[in-house]
Amino acid sequence: MATSLQAAGFARRGLIALAFLLLLVFLVAPLVLVFTRAFGDGLAAPIAALREPDALAAIRLTLLVAAIAVPLNLVFGLAASWAIAKFRFAGRSLLITLIDLPLSVSPVVSGLVYVLVFGAQGLLGPWFTAHGIKIVFAVPGIVLASVFVTLPFVARELIPLMEAQGRLEEEAALTLGANGWQTFWRITLPNVRWGLLYGVLLCNARAMGEFGAVSVVSGHIRGMTNTMPLHIEVLYNEYNLPAAFTVAALLALLALVTLAAKSLLEWHLADEPSTSNR
Amino acid sequence: MKFHLTALGLLGVALLALSALTAQAHGETTLLNVSYDPTREFYAEVGKVFGPKWKAETGEDAIFQTSHGGSGAQARAVIDGLEADVVTLALAYDIDAIADKAKLLPKDWQARLPDNSAPYTSTIVFLVRKGNPKGIHDWADLVKPGVSVITPNPKTSGGARWNYLAAWAYGLKTGDGDEAKARAYVADLFKHVPVLDTGARGATITFAQRHQGDVLIAWENEAFLAAKEMSRESLEIVVPSISILAEPTVAVVDSNVDKHGTRKLAEAYLNFLYTPEGQELAAKHYFRPRQAEVAARYAERFPTLDLVTIDHDFGGWTAAQAKHFADGGTFDQIYKPGQ
Repeated sequence: MATSLQAAGFARRGLIALAFLLLLVFLVAPLVLVFTRAFGDGLAAPIAALREPDALAAIRLTLLVAAIAVPLNLVFGLAASWAIAKFRFAGRSLLITLIDLPLSVSPVVSGLVYVLVFGAQGLLGPWFTAHGIKIVFAVPGIVLASVFVTLPFVARELIPLMEAQGRLEEEAALTLGANGWQTFWRITLPNVRWGLLYGVLLCNARAMGEFGAVSVVSGHIRGMTNTMPLHIEVLYNEYNLPAAFTVAALLALLALVTLAAKSLLEWHLADEPSTSNR
Repeated sequence: MKFHLTALGLLGVALLALSALTAQAHGETTLLNVSYDPTREFYAEVGKVFGPKWKAETGEDAIFQTSHGGSGAQARAVIDGLEADVVTLALAYDIDAIADKAKLLPKDWQARLPDNSAPYTSTIVFLVRKGNPKGIHDWADLVKPGVSVITPNPKTSGGARWNYLAAWAYGLKTGDGDEAKARAYVADLFKHVPVLDTGARGATITFAQRHQGDVLIAWENEAFLAAKEMSRESLEIVVPSISILAEPTVAVVDSNVDKHGTRKLAEAYLNFLYTPEGQELAAKHYFRPRQAEVAARYAERFPTLDLVTIDHDFGGWTAAQAKHFADGGTFDQIYKPGQ
């Protein structure tokens, strides 16, 4: 008995060590490499690379895209998960499947679909062009593609949470005379707030980092429609490795800040009811 | 309630930022040049030199935007609505496609500027590693056992199509004009190609930076640039016995310039490429200048070699495209990955 327990202990430690080793080799080492390549020769070159107008434009565009995509997904995710978790209606499972669609479709395909619909030879493109509205190869197309690929993040976080919490508290509130909005703002929303924040952070990370879908609809006009991931590719292709790694380090830093915020939340709220299921 | 306010605030900030971004775009005249891969550095400098000249002449501030990628893919983007004022692509066929499929410029666009609308030319050469360890001197050496060749995909890359036709021309010459022998040579060549990048620049990066392959078939200008930028690698240029005269063409996209009101600027921009100053810039970025006086100054840099032309030896781009690169053409017949 004791030996089998000991063996289990060895196996456990071995597996944990293996997991850490793999993480170190495949995740930490490349990330460290990005930062050493960016800042290895001092801070002057990276700062100059970030002050370059095309880099500034790429950073601005990336922040803009995130600033539009995240609130849109916040509103959509809340509405969709509330409807799905608290009500039973026809087409409910279809709605759940549709929300998962962007996760299962390749981002390149989602980008191409927007070109096929809104491109000059596309379904709706000629109408928009005739009315002077540019969608693909312009900022609106990039925003649309980013909203599409990030669509599931908030809803996916909230649906299981809301389902686990059930409708008892809401029903109690309604019985006590609260109206629908009061119930939502005072009961439903506070109950899921940490899950919501978690979804928003994930959504933000993806919106800033998306490459495939954005690359297809961007048109790659430098200083205009290049987001940070696209700008990194441009710099890399121009043999400008220090600048490419600098922008890559900044993008990684934004993602790390997001991750750190998420971990901090989890750590702080380990015993909060709304986070207990993770 | 707090969440509600935050969401509203964020949305407000987003809208403000969006309007600021669009407002900025209306300040000056902008010209969008949709180009192919190896011209990044060249057109960046053309914009810097031509901008002040235009300002002195007209008092107008012009901003030159550029977009780069595989020539075929870039033409596709213009067809799909990327509103290029001028296109400066790797070969006439890609601009033909824009005239054909999207009708954004007339079919006879190539007659509107001198020299077939190609202000500068280039050719196809080889780039090898330091000391030329595999002894690559001509096309025949590319199909020796153990030689790995990097060239991009002719379906998406203009440069790759020139590479392909140059190899074909060599096959024809050594086979005394026998098509079957040319085809056998090119088929053999592509058995030595481990990876097809979508654009010329991607292939150069694969060769020079990722250390794949023994020889890169490349634009002459791209080979010079890679040798200079990657000087640590000590790459060497090898000029083969026969190659092709590559004519990268330029054109104003009529529908787009009329819509943007940029026709005068677009025409002046392209005409600048034909001036002695523009020709000097082209030569500086390793393109072969058309003007004899400028070309004479750079004679040492650009060795003379036997050059076939697309019109004389392949019956023009439309014929070459249909025969070699269309679906089911010779490239599809000979390229079978993994064999």
